[in-house]
Amino acid sequence: MNSAAEKQAAGTGLDPEKLRADFPILAQQVNGHRLAYLDSAASAQRPRVVIDAISHYYEHDHANVHRGVHTLSHRATDAYEGAREKVRQFIKAGSTREIVFTRGTTEAINLVANSLGQTFSAGDEIIVSELEHHANIVPWQMLAERTGIRLRVIPINDAGELQLDVYQDLLNERTRLVSVTQVSNALGTVTPIQEILAAARSRGILTLVDGAQAIPHQPIDVQALDCDFYAFSGHKMCGPTGIGVLYARESVLKDMPPWQGGGDMILTVSFTGTTYNELPYRFEAGTPNIAGAIGLGAAIDYLDGLGMAAIAEYEQQLLHWATERLRTIPGLQLVGTAPSKAGVISFNLDGIHAHDLGTILDHQGVAIRTGHHCAMPVMEHFGIAGTARASLAFYNTREDIEQLVTALELAHKMLG
Amino acid sequence: MAVQEQLQALYRSTVLEHSRAPHHFGQLATSNRQATGHNPLCGDKCTVYLEVANDELTEITFEGAGCAICMASASIMTDTVRGCSLASASAAADQVLESFADRQAADHSELPGDMAALGAVRQYPSRIRCATLAWQTLQAALTGKAQTVTTEVTTNQS
Repeated sequence: MNSAAEKQAAGTGLDPEKLRADFPILAQQVNGHRLAYLDSAASAQRPRVVIDAISHYYEHDHANVHRGVHTLSHRATDAYEGAREKVRQFIKAGSTREIVFTRGTTEAINLVANSLGQTFSAGDEIIVSELEHHANIVPWQMLAERTGIRLRVIPINDAGELQLDVYQDLLNERTRLVSVTQVSNALGTVTPIQEILAAARSRGILTLVDGAQAIPHQPIDVQALDCDFYAFSGHKMCGPTGIGVLYARESVLKDMPPWQGGGDMILTVSFTGTTYNELPYRFEAGTPNIAGAIGLGAAIDYLDGLGMAAIAEYEQQLLHWATERLRTIPGLQLVGTAPSKAGVISFNLDGIHAHDLGTILDHQGVAIRTGHHCAMPVMEHFGIAGTARASLAFYNTREDIEQLVTALELAHKMLG
Repeated sequence: MAVQEQLQALYRSTVLEHSRAPHHFGQLATSNRQATGHNPLCGDKCTVYLEVANDELTEITFEGAGCAICMASASIMTDTVRGCSLASASAAADQVLESFADRQAADHSELPGDMAALGAVRQYPSRIRCATLAWQTLQAALTGKAQTVTTEVTTNQS
């Protein structure tokens, strides 16, 4: 198997077998079996360098940021702002003024809904898609309840692709924002985001990209995308939980009203009036997740070291191989068969409920996600309650896939 | 194969038989009480139909879609409470829900009827709701106060 793994990585410059050693958590047995972690779309694992960066920060450099004049506060501030610069470079943003740290993708989208959303009024429209994670649906529904804006939905076809012709018809003079995912978390579909953004941009409509599932799998360039907002989470890209990023085009962000109020987002406060801080701090009220940002910065260094292009190439090879392998299992139906996919394989097996599959696979050391994947409208489209989802990262190998296949065969024998 | 044994304890033949061919499955034309329960974690749904006459549960059916644990639990439930007084059906539901709330409970004998076959579910925290969904829904249908009993269950009486 090792030789196969080496062979498959040939040409990408990645050696996944060797990379696995960077991830302490992967070296364990679960329920008496080698751990086959195939749930990175829910949350990826962390390499030692990320864990060490967080420990080092707490052991040596911790203090509050942007406040003290003492040495530790300087170090903490430098590390935190250094992480912001790493994020800027990683997504090729023009300025760190455009990089707002949030708790994650969910909070980033909520920030836009609650801030930019204040400028929307009844009758205005926001376009999302049927592929969206609940995080890119519910904040807009809440905004709709408050303001009377209307949510329009780009439908998908039975392969799990967006119907772009319908999208073109949905765009109109009332459209204020197009907020669409770049990669579906439930199906893995890579959406034609360039086309979607260009169509909105040509009409002067603002755009938001949910990049949570895209950023771990490919190089991202927000200036090339020409989007107004790009939201993503640290924990899906080998960083810590509780840290995420909202990229926001400066010319849009500068006119947005503050969202949360508190320390750090102000310049002066008095009971006769308060002045707000400059970008991006105006949108970061309270003591931020300093260690989270530093950990994210370490994750970016790690990913940069491997090269996002090499990661993309290797994962595509593995995805293709895994998909063909799963197709050979009798009774297995793939859900989501778009030609362009990132490392997600959603499936059902012969009427066996995904939850039962999940439990049986866990007993074989195979970790997958089961259920609706926080994308109930997608499940509704296919008329199913849920799927089993194996999701890939660059630290997965063919051995993980073989373990999945063996476990699925056992499940079929037990419950089929 | 300790792992295999654990799995076999979870998916006993009784459980698999009930889940493959659930008893009293379908709508009930004579139903005068019903409730629907949801398991938000996995999207499972269960609707329980009751025919109540003179404080007795004269007929019960259920329909829905769920995992093997969920379907088996619902099927066993209909066998267990059919023909019972409302009070004893409610007591059985309480007993099941309390038993599954206590992970430490080693003795499954306190579970009514064939529910003992599902005792091993207690070792799987993420699956306990699968086993309790039907019973919570039954309780909601019995009391007709579902929305105050649990946020996961909605009810309507006809």
